[in-house]
Amino acid sequence: MPRKKAKSRKAVPALATLVVMRLYIAAGAPNSVKAVANLQAICKKHLLDGFKLEIIDVLEFPLRALADGILVTPSLSKIAPSPGTKIVGNLSDRSNVLFALGIKT
Amino acid sequence: MQALPKIPTGIPGFDDLSHGGLPRHRTTLVKGGPGSGKTLFAVQCLVNAVRKGRQRGLFVAFEESTQQIAANADTFDWKLSALMKGKLFFLDARLSPEVVHSGDFDLSGMLAMLKAKKQELAADWIVFDGIDVLLTLLRDPAAEMREIYRIRDWLADNQMTAIITAKTDGGPAGAVNYDFMQFMVDCVVRLTRRQEQAVSLHRLQITKYRGSDFMAGDYPVSFGPSGMEVAPPEPVEIHHRASNERLSTGFERLDKMLGGGLFRGSSTLVTGLPGTSKTTLAGKFAEAACQRGERTLFVSFDEGAEPIARNLASVGIQLKPHVKSGMLRMYSARTESTGAEDHLGKLKSLIREFRPRCMVIDPLSAIAKAGALEAARAVASRLIYMVKDQGITVFITAINEGDDPAAEATDLQVSTIADTWIHLSYLIRSGERNRALTIVKSRGTWHSNQVRELILRATGPVLADVYTAGGEVLMGTLRWDKEDFERGRDLKRRAEFDHKRRELQVSEADTNARIKALQQELERQRADLTAYSSENDARIVSSTDREKELRRIRGADSARPGANGHAKKGNGKVSRDAP
Repeated sequence: MPRKKAKSRKAVPALATLVVMRLYIAAGAPNSVKAVANLQAICKKHLLDGFKLEIIDVLEFPLRALADGILVTPSLSKIAPSPGTKIVGNLSDRSNVLFALGIKT
Repeated sequence: MQALPKIPTGIPGFDDLSHGGLPRHRTTLVKGGPGSGKTLFAVQCLVNAVRKGRQRGLFVAFEESTQQIAANADTFDWKLSALMKGKLFFLDARLSPEVVHSGDFDLSGMLAMLKAKKQELAADWIVFDGIDVLLTLLRDPAAEMREIYRIRDWLADNQMTAIITAKTDGGPAGAVNYDFMQFMVDCVVRLTRRQEQAVSLHRLQITKYRGSDFMAGDYPVSFGPSGMEVAPPEPVEIHHRASNERLSTGFERLDKMLGGGLFRGSSTLVTGLPGTSKTTLAGKFAEAACQRGERTLFVSFDEGAEPIARNLASVGIQLKPHVKSGMLRMYSARTESTGAEDHLGKLKSLIREFRPRCMVIDPLSAIAKAGALEAARAVASRLIYMVKDQGITVFITAINEGDDPAAEATDLQVSTIADTWIHLSYLIRSGERNRALTIVKSRGTWHSNQVRELILRATGPVLADVYTAGGEVLMGTLRWDKEDFERGRDLKRRAEFDHKRRELQVSEADTNARIKALQQELERQRADLTAYSSENDARIVSSTDREKELRRIRGADSARPGANGHAKKGNGKVSRDAP
């Protein structure tokens, strides 16, 4: 059902702005793996106009994540357009993610 | 088996309870209700580890902001802000409410960051403060369990001494995992706080310590300038030296009543209603001690040192010169300002610092006001034991409501611990209030059972004999009255007695006279009887003689001389039967 709806909206993308995001993951952790997959699916469906996604492995760059104010993984930071938001979790609740990213569905 | 390596926490008392501190490179769970001091316990451990053990630590705060923790810590002399620079790392791990949740998350990233920080600082300690807050965010019991396991494995891999704090009343959702958490950790410390009569009572209990012995009791916690302090449990065995040295109470009469004075190192309890001169007695004791050259600590509750000294001076007890010379230290405290526990802590440090040989606590019953009675009782007995442990001769006063000395015993229950118990009471008769002193008990010594009247004079208090009459103790003018009355009664009684005696003497003489008369009569009668008998004998003899004479005169033959009619008859019969 949601898929159908999403497809119908896909034809008329409301946003033309570039979405800049950072996804902090712990490589190999099940939730992080899920998050990457979920986010990629969302981007494919909703951010056709373009987005910038940086995936940071906290296991590799822990101090950077710390400096960025990251606590748990996976965490998604939307940097642009402003205001910035933070989403924690494996992004399985798609409507929440879309809402936080400011994407009208 | 090798003893479990432990790290001292530096929390006074706790290291005694745990026989050395927290298990090194293992995890300790600190659980308790809100405001029970969990965070404080953890921060204090870290601060001590840094300051005393030159160790480094990480602090992960799930519940409070770093600023809040620092502000709370600044009420103690820890200088936490300075330690935060390079020695302690505080991670504000509160998830902002603005953060959008979408699905499950985990701590693998956070633990990776903490590991990096640990390596950077070479940290040995880690605190997870308020882990229950984090676990509730997971919204899934299975996920909670998973993350607890993750933390456990991480701690094991990283060889850190860890403290995890958690609220115990986090609701039923958390209950299962808390049980599991208790199983997973090596040591569990439970903190509790109760509000009783407007005073918070904090207690600490070690409920589990894997591989180690510990003291399992529930012990009171107090908060001093250096943080939390756990009341060290009293040693089970009592080691009090028993001295035979006697100390004066300041009253010669009272010393005599006690068989020579108080034993050094003993405790004396003075009970009585307000105004029965308990403080006067205590003041006299303190003055006498100072005059002997013994350092004395005078602790007064709810009354200032100045007024006490002034009031005592009015009855001839001079304390001020001794305060000036440094022999006497007066300490006054308001009981309601802090809990009984904190008073004990303060007195402890005073004793440590001043090292008194004699001590007065006036009145000890005041600490019952500082919170709950149960706690006050424990504090009172611990205070007495502590003082006795140090060989200090202590003089304690206690107000008891009602005039029954036993009523006090049910109040603070110090009377069983005290060696000597003096009770002061009033006797109010005919518009006068007089003070009576009795010794209820005095261990190990003879003591008088007599009631004495305590008279306050400008030159000093004195003890006087009381007048007892008809089972009543009389004092003051009533005593004079009664004595007068008794004297009169005695006189009358003596007169009555004399009269009766004389009466009896007279009647005795009378009876004696009568006895004499009767005896005379008796003797006369006896004489009559004797006279009569001899006359009768004489008559019998003469009649026999007369008969003989008569026969001789008649010339009758008498075959048998001296025979009479009877014999003749008998013979006749025999002769007649013969033929």
